[in-house]
Amino acid sequence: MAIREIDTALITRTVKQLCIEATTVLNPDVLEAYAQGLAQEVSPQGKDVFKQLIDNARIARQESISLCQDAGMAVVFIEIGQDVHFAGLDLTAAVNEGVRQGYADGFLRPSTLDPISRENYGDNTPAIVHLDMGPGNQVRIHVLPKGFGGENMSRVVLFHPGAGLEGVREFVINRVREAGANPCPPVIVGVGIGGNFEKCALIAKKSLLRPVGQRHPDAVIAKLEQEFLRDINRTGIGPQGLGGRITALAVHIETYPTHIGSLPVAVNLQCHSHRCKSAVL
Amino acid sequence: MDAPVRIQTPLSEHGVMQLKMGDRVLLNGTIFTARDAAHKRLIELIHQGKDLPFDLRGNIIYYVGPAPPKPGMALGSAGPTSSYRMDPYTPALLDRGLKGMIGKGQRGPEVVHSMQTNRAVYFAATGGAGALLSMAIKASQTIAYEDLGPEAIRRLTVVDLPVIVVNDCHGNDLYTIGRRQFEITA
Ligand code: SF4
Repeated sequence: MAIREIDTALITRTVKQLCIEATTVLNPDVLEAYAQGLAQEVSPQGKDVFKQLIDNARIARQESISLCQDAGMAVVFIEIGQDVHFAGLDLTAAVNEGVRQGYADGFLRPSTLDPISRENYGDNTPAIVHLDMGPGNQVRIHVLPKGFGGENMSRVVLFHPGAGLEGVREFVINRVREAGANPCPPVIVGVGIGGNFEKCALIAKKSLLRPVGQRHPDAVIAKLEQEFLRDINRTGIGPQGLGGRITALAVHIETYPTHIGSLPVAVNLQCHSHRCKSAVL
Repeated sequence: MDAPVRIQTPLSEHGVMQLKMGDRVLLNGTIFTARDAAHKRLIELIHQGKDLPFDLRGNIIYYVGPAPPKPGMALGSAGPTSSYRMDPYTPALLDRGLKGMIGKGQRGPEVVHSMQTNRAVYFAATGGAGALLSMAIKASQTIAYEDLGPEAIRRLTVVDLPVIVVNDCHGNDLYTIGRRQFEITA
């Protein structure tokens, strides 16, 4: 296949657009999950929360304002076809420029700062960029502006193999229980099982790119997702932690082969404000 | 669930005592914003025996780092941040007359105890409903720590800001009781 050249100015424009869209317009799958949650929730305060979330989504879209004041750190996944050649600014710089422009033009809160001096950079850069290579000559970009209510409540653990699936289940449910209202339930629970220390965290995050509630294609994993969701929704935490039955909208599990000596598990909690937009170039 | 009650700030001791866990409240009047970094500075001033940028007595602090306003708006998206991060600083503020806090998530035992002895109330606003909540904010003025950007202290004028009482001053906690009520065991 011939090499396709892509000017990274296009990456900048695309990332900018995706940042603004993601933070102001929720995807239909998220809105559908709210509607189902409202229908299924039995607690009056929980129903009230769902109504506010539906109103909030409408106001943010109509007024083109940030759904949540925390527009997060911009997590950007880029899948690059190996027949692509990039021209112009280097790719990471182009992505960061897109984030800078998107957060400024979208009136989005700048939340990034120097971890030592705690001085705010003022433009929400840098993004967290994950690159993947694959076949073909296309580029797929996913922008996931991820708030830190959910990030702060996320955890990685490296169990010994004997902990088994029961250990995994207990860890996941307890994570949601201990997080309580902090990650803004109803949450989406991203779970990574296997890999190593960083891989399990990465696949937990990647699981969030799936449409909300879409089951894993592997029936065994899909069954685990359903069971974990059922158990999480028995905790009583409910929307905003005020008590109710819909604590999570979905559980997404991704797996990766691991080592004979370990059972890595990561839980990446995502708030109800699940902002995610994608584009294919 | 009862209809929401309208409340005017500042809060009186009598007013706080009337509020019960689970009450839905529409707040009206002036409230102040502060997050972690601003709290740290307030505590430093207290330790140095200096005056604070605003009088705590009867007032409410909203834990929020708002988004910047679009032209024509008082403030951008403005929902609550997690409150536990303010716990280490809170009792000292309650001792100096702070009567209310708006945030999300459970408070530590020292804060709950201090709220009982000082007669104060903790409200939750819906986390992640920043666009909706911003509609209730009619004016905003930065009064201290402009260098902190979104973490500066702002004086807000609110009309019918929707919140719910999580901890009343009688020791009740909606997070604990709500969860217990809807938990399915066995
Ligand atoms: S956890 Fe999500 S919804 Fe809640 S404040 Fe943070 S970004 Fe917003």
